[in-house]
Amino acid sequence: MEPRRYIPLWELTLARLREFYREPAAVFWVYVFPLLLAVALGFAFREKPVAKITVDVREDVGSPAAVAAIKEKFGRDERLVVNGVTGDEWVKRLRSGKTDLVVALAPDGGFELWDEPNRTETVLARHAVESLLNKEAAQAAAPKLEERHLEETGNRYIDFLIPGLLGMNLMGGGLWGVGFVLADMRVRKLLKRFLATPMSRRDFLLSVMFSRMLFTIPEVLVLLLFGYLVFGVRNQGSLAALVFLIVFGAASFSGLGLLVASRAKTIETVSGLMNLVMLPMWLLSGVFFSSERFPEVAQPFIKILPLTAMNNALRAVMLEGKSLAELTFELGVLAFWGLIPFVIALKIFRWR
Amino acid sequence: MTLAIRCRDLRKTYPGRPAVEAVRGLDLEVTVGECFGLLGPNGAGKTTTMEILEGILDATAGEVEVLGLHWDRDGAAIRRRIGISLQETRLADKLTVREVVRLFRSFYPSGLEPAEAVARVSLEEKARAYVSKLSGGQRQRLAVACAIVGDPELLFLDEPTTGLDPQSRRQMWDIINKFRESGRTVLLTTHYMDEAERLCDRVAVVDRGQLIALGTPTELIARLGGQHVIDFSLADGQAPPADEFAGLPTVTASRLDAGQYGLTVAEPHTALPALLRHLQQTGRELAALTTRHATLEDVFVNLTGRHLRDDA
Repeated sequence: MEPRRYIPLWELTLARLREFYREPAAVFWVYVFPLLLAVALGFAFREKPVAKITVDVREDVGSPAAVAAIKEKFGRDERLVVNGVTGDEWVKRLRSGKTDLVVALAPDGGFELWDEPNRTETVLARHAVESLLNKEAAQAAAPKLEERHLEETGNRYIDFLIPGLLGMNLMGGGLWGVGFVLADMRVRKLLKRFLATPMSRRDFLLSVMFSRMLFTIPEVLVLLLFGYLVFGVRNQGSLAALVFLIVFGAASFSGLGLLVASRAKTIETVSGLMNLVMLPMWLLSGVFFSSERFPEVAQPFIKILPLTAMNNALRAVMLEGKSLAELTFELGVLAFWGLIPFVIALKIFRWR
Repeated sequence: MTLAIRCRDLRKTYPGRPAVEAVRGLDLEVTVGECFGLLGPNGAGKTTTMEILEGILDATAGEVEVLGLHWDRDGAAIRRRIGISLQETRLADKLTVREVVRLFRSFYPSGLEPAEAVARVSLEEKARAYVSKLSGGQRQRLAVACAIVGDPELLFLDEPTTGLDPQSRRQMWDIINKFRESGRTVLLTTHYMDEAERLCDRVAVVDRGQLIALGTPTELIARLGGQHVIDFSLADGQAPPADEFAGLPTVTASRLDAGQYGLTVAEPHTALPALLRHLQQTGRELAALTTRHATLEDVFVNLTGRHLRDDA
């Protein structure tokens, strides 16, 4: 027999890569969309690092000079937005949340502070205004307070967000890149056609997973570079640990993708199944906010989701500089979700 | 005489309510070197039979031998020696013709050069074009290129020309004939009579999962008892039963279908004057009349009382 000149695993992988980068829509969703999300969320949360407090001052109570003085004093505090009101307007504004606190001069030289105790912001506003008024009155007696703000990189929302988006991307990529592609091939009867050749099924499935891994490289690089260049997001841990985690996670999610696609006969079925798998994790697994905000009873369940493990591990490495040895639980969860679905999928996979 | 395909009492039942018996006891023998046609209307069980022979479907019962081998024991060996073209496979849209053929070539331990396979189906000019840019006929030829790139001894073609324009069909026939010249075997399905007559050495007519006739196209037509057909219709309002004409000299079969009478006759020069005399005597008036050679379509209509294609 002549030496084998065509290596099927290579040809299959090459075919997948070509099909992918020749499809502009796929490139957009995989590479551009996560960036847009990062830009939008990154800027949305950067623009208002400190929430402003709106304070209304009643201008028709007390002397105009006193009103002007108090407005001027509040105006010097950068946290406050001061607004003059007359008549009953202040009641409406407070009730509808347009203002957080209403201040009126009292005849005895003191102040009347109106808040709406059900809203957190108005309570905060009250404390801010009270401390402002007290600070001057009791200047001599009060202990000296120095204001400092935590603003170093690593603690901002964007630092939290980038690993979350990375995790979300790895999940989406694994499910779409493997699940959708396989279901699509089944619908087109391409799987059936391949089955009728001497092609090795193992080569075929490996090629789908390999090409998935290859797509991940630019995807992850683009997101990480973008985070670094635009927002200065850095990896505090070792690069090797981060790379390992990404490869490990991509492999794990492609196992899940394989399972999702193992039986589906139509694109609708596979899309539905993928949403069923991904939606709960988008919400629960701490992409946009910490998963610890969910009730205590739900925590054991949330912790064993693959995306939670992925995000927690990525954040542990990128934000806290932890080593892989400290992440055995997360790696175990990912290994479980990669391996078990893969084995089941191989058993039940529908080729025709 | 070596057999390329042999199947005995082949059965395939799809479970369900009611269960569908797609193939009901089919016996087939295809000799090495021949082009064998499976002929029948849609739903006759042609594709199911093909897919069982191709090792894609499992039979419910029956014996199958392909190139002297059995699917359950020697599947890998058979796959290396056959080539197939399925009905409606959508190959990758964003790959070029050359890339698709090369991909299929990589699955086989030996075979043609991809460029050679592309040349055999006359797609050289489209070698760098995306599959999505091909016409229907070009896609079918690409499917055949993928089927022959492993240099198979036996080629399965499921409806290779369905939906193609006449020129593309003739191109496909040339490709199939060329493949056969090297002494290889072809099994194809079709519901085009002219295709079966032009390409096939032998034809099996299949209906409702069963074999209803087998032989060379000429034999099958001869078996009608007459080689000629007189088609005619009568003026408005006249529709005597077809039996009325069955007794005319050398008429072997008569039928009436949608106002059109068809008489299968052995000797048109005897039957035609007799028919005209008969019409005159009974006071009937002709609206149209033609004569032609009998085709496999007539064979099928005579055997089943139905046409091969619903639109025919």
